[in-house]
Amino acid sequence: MSEIREKVDICVVGAGHSGCEAALACARLGLETVIFTVSVDSIALMPCNPNIGGTSKGHLVREIDALGGEMGKNIDKTFIQSKMLNRSKGPAVHSLRAQADKAEYSRQMRKVLEDQEHLTIKQAEVCEILTQDCEGSDPLQNGAAAKRILGVKTYTGAVYECKALILCTGTYLKARCLCGEAITYTGPNGLQPANHLSDSLRSLGIELRRFKTGTPARMDGRTIDYSKMEEQFGDEKIIPFSFSTDPKDVQIDQASCWLTYTNEKTHEIIRANLDRSPIYAGIIEGTGPRYCPSIEDKVVKFADKERHQVFIEPEGLHTHEMYIGGMSSSLPEDVQLAMYRTVPGLEHCKIVRNAYAIEYDCIDPRQLYPSLEFKDIKGLFSGGQLNGSSGYEEAAAQGLIAGINAARYVMGKEPVILDRSQAYIGVLIDDLVTKENKEPYRMMTSRAEYRLLLRQDNADLRLRRIGYEVGLVSEQVYKATLDKQEMIDKEIERLKNTVIGASKENQDFLKSCGSAALKTGAALAELMCRPELTYETLKAIDDKRVPLPDDVIEQVEIEIKYEGYIARQLHQIEQFKKMEKKRIPADLDYDDIGSLRLEARQKLSMYKPLSIGQASRISGVSPADIAVLMIYLEKYKGKK
Amino acid sequence: MYAAGTDTIAAVATAMSDSGIGIIRVSGDESIELVDAVYRNAEGNRTLTKYDSHTIHYGFIVDKDETVIDEVMVSVMKGPKSYTMEDTVEINCHGGVLMMRRILDRVVEAGARIADPGEFTKRAFLNGRIDLSEAEAVMDIIHAKNDFSLKSSVKQLKGSVSSLIREIREDMIHEIAFIEATLDDPEHFDLEAEGYDKILLKKVKTIKKKIKNLIDSAEDGRILSEGIRTVIVGKPNVGKSSLLNALVGEDRAIVTDVAGTTRDILEENISIDGIVFRILDTAGIRSTEDIVEKIGVDKAKNAVEDADLILYVADSSVSFDENDKAVLEMIAGKNTIVLLNKSDLTNVMTEENIQFIASYFDGSEKNRIIRTSMKDRSGIDLFIRTVKEMFFHGDLMYNDEVFITNARHKEALQNTYDSLVQVQKSIEENMPEDFYTIDLMSAYEKLGSIIGEAVEDDLINEIFSRFCMGK
Repeated sequence: MSEIREKVDICVVGAGHSGCEAALACARLGLETVIFTVSVDSIALMPCNPNIGGTSKGHLVREIDALGGEMGKNIDKTFIQSKMLNRSKGPAVHSLRAQADKAEYSRQMRKVLEDQEHLTIKQAEVCEILTQDCEGSDPLQNGAAAKRILGVKTYTGAVYECKALILCTGTYLKARCLCGEAITYTGPNGLQPANHLSDSLRSLGIELRRFKTGTPARMDGRTIDYSKMEEQFGDEKIIPFSFSTDPKDVQIDQASCWLTYTNEKTHEIIRANLDRSPIYAGIIEGTGPRYCPSIEDKVVKFADKERHQVFIEPEGLHTHEMYIGGMSSSLPEDVQLAMYRTVPGLEHCKIVRNAYAIEYDCIDPRQLYPSLEFKDIKGLFSGGQLNGSSGYEEAAAQGLIAGINAARYVMGKEPVILDRSQAYIGVLIDDLVTKENKEPYRMMTSRAEYRLLLRQDNADLRLRRIGYEVGLVSEQVYKATLDKQEMIDKEIERLKNTVIGASKENQDFLKSCGSAALKTGAALAELMCRPELTYETLKAIDDKRVPLPDDVIEQVEIEIKYEGYIARQLHQIEQFKKMEKKRIPADLDYDDIGSLRLEARQKLSMYKPLSIGQASRISGVSPADIAVLMIYLEKYKGKK
Repeated sequence: MYAAGTDTIAAVATAMSDSGIGIIRVSGDESIELVDAVYRNAEGNRTLTKYDSHTIHYGFIVDKDETVIDEVMVSVMKGPKSYTMEDTVEINCHGGVLMMRRILDRVVEAGARIADPGEFTKRAFLNGRIDLSEAEAVMDIIHAKNDFSLKSSVKQLKGSVSSLIREIREDMIHEIAFIEATLDDPEHFDLEAEGYDKILLKKVKTIKKKIKNLIDSAEDGRILSEGIRTVIVGKPNVGKSSLLNALVGEDRAIVTDVAGTTRDILEENISIDGIVFRILDTAGIRSTEDIVEKIGVDKAKNAVEDADLILYVADSSVSFDENDKAVLEMIAGKNTIVLLNKSDLTNVMTEENIQFIASYFDGSEKNRIIRTSMKDRSGIDLFIRTVKEMFFHGDLMYNDEVFITNARHKEALQNTYDSLVQVQKSIEENMPEDFYTIDLMSAYEKLGSIIGEAVEDDLINEIFSRFCMGK
């Protein structure tokens, strides 16, 4: 029998936001990579909301960019409106969000993939994962795994042998879409689902579960009456996502979004038709995200709310389609139309695409190491919604890390693992692989305990070095970051050492700023800590100042103004790092540790934590268990 | 999160009883600097950091205001040549719970953390002091000690205190969730418009006050359900309740017990210079046919049986009678202090009566017959002195665990308080809202440690259950 047989380094299954980052990372690191998709036209598709970023998600995009990923650059090329959220709050929670031209975003990303050396795009459904049993011990990491990756087989029978495989199947596995009583067995947007891979995963012993998410309707913009809505504009001065994008290049004319509200009438229609909602009728088995509740959920769970916000957002510049944010639903078509038409401005709306809920198979990510490699199968990695997350940015972040680590696995290098004190990406992955997540996981700033240091404005200073060492950031870019850091350090040093005397001139200046007079001399840095004074205003009494780039000044200002808080968080991180650095061997037999409580022993055996720090975050593992574990590890070391 | 490795820990290294000498051990990177802050040499100077390793020095432990707490010998042992192989300071002080407690408190105030159960041993092991072959034993000890301490520390807390702490924590997470919800979904909420800062400031101040009360109560041992079991007995109307009131003090912030648990026996924890007493005030005892009163008397009898110390109150202004005898029968041979109350009135109690009372005990109680008046508070000081003497002579036993638990709770409460001070500062300095939650969260965490509750996903769950988030 003749069949296609190819040999590559790495296969990536799925070309959504996770798959694209994964494939680009591998190819850019020089490995022969194939990316499979059920439809080349759906590369980097945005099947839900038309934006990138948002609270904490904007942080992720910045981090992806600092590490050498593509998402930030791609949205900078294709956005049509941009906003820095939470500007009135502290710098830690400023978050960038941009409205995308969906078609453009997808097209641009596809072009990047097509132009990438060592990367092949292949339209095919991957149906089977080929593995072999491990023989003896392997010098590569993950000593305890039983199997290793050999390759994949497509529906048409072609075999691609590979050393590592990255699964980024999104919401396509055994997907079904629900719109009231109408159920279609398709992926998002009516695309072909992947119906075979689930069985192959199961036969490899991988545990699957069922999650659910949903999307609202898209409407013909010509049937919307915007005069009844509040117009929402972008920022006047646009800040790009990518640290490599010149801010001058993104000052575009922006599209508007619109805000309107549901009302009692809307809620009445929903309540009257709940029995026809597949979720409330019990047809949907999957668990949905609490962050993106359907309008049915909102009305039922928050019954006392008289209205809910509805955001009308353009899907792109070359289409009339508008996204109805805040009103995702799985109610039947007729109920949807009636319900939408109660909303001011939507009285005569025509729906282009119905709202629907989608159910899909995903894995329990506790089967993964923080490198995103499966604990039991060497060379098998996974990223994105398959891991139980939700959102484009969460997916892209995991894809990038899975890509980097798959490549490093093939090259025989240690995996790159970002910890909770280094990046939101670290928090995201640690939460996924260490905690029990019962719903699609969305990033939130409240999940990051060290968020004061994990700001979107300093992602380059935090992560460029890692990107450079991995090989995804060029020497030139890395050097520029080092120079920036140096300028920041020098300026802070100078401000701390420049003492301003209590001269009349200075006192007059302070008075004019509404600031208290000086009793003795004070360093400029001390003055900057006063809420009413800024780096900019102090220019008047700072005659030795040299002009510095805006991004340098921003860092200087934050570092000085919030120094006390930052110092405290740094101290906490120091303590945290000590525990993270205490490694636990992958082949540790917890049954050998008699002093551990049974529950702890079971949990630890299941999670196989890589460090004492990770072990301590597993629920059901007590401080005493950790103390015992530390002592056992000493003994274990002694034996070896 | 568990604090790692080398932060500085402190504990009492000797038994918590009235031995001649007590040792407070301090170990960790900053142990020398830390003790230096509270130690003065004979000339009153800070000299500890200048001493060589393995030397011992005479001096004093001083309070914040430089008043002397105790005369001590302090030995300095620099790592790795110490039990834990870390820099270690041992403070040899005069024995006695009181002294050890104050010195330990002082060291904690200076920045040490109270050691976890078995932590010195754990460090000694991890730093290579203890042989590998002993690892199993070390693990077992640590687990046993931790389990016991965790159980007993939660158990030792008064029910009312646990529920108060739960209430406060609910208040806290409520506010944290609100702030975080606004940060994660800024288009849904507008904090400035609601003048939230002022609302929160008020709430933080209220919570701070509650925590302060708890700290005071911890200081007095009143957050615990354990202590030296002390029962007040006597005929009706001899002044038993007045005694309890005098000991508790009306001006103190009292953590009230859930009402209705004891109709006929009142219970209150007090601390006399660090010694915790759990005092039960019984119904007056007399022979009676009244059923309700009879139940009260029976309960008093049971309480007496379990008591470590009896406070027998008699009225010296009325003549001795059968009911006094009945009470004496009940408490015969028990560890007792006799209070001849109402000394402000005409005394009718004869020497014979006193001899008779003494005959119910083994003789030593003779010194423990005190004339008091709750009205003009005379005799109370002598009473307190007598109690302390009994304790220091070992006539009253004290459970070490109670002491340690109380110290640990107090430390956690103090940390909670400090975090709240920081929150208040952030609000008053007009910091953005996201700064409030940093310290509010750590207050929440620390308070949780007292009742053995971890943080887990509390915040995320609270946010989603209360706020309609996202698009």
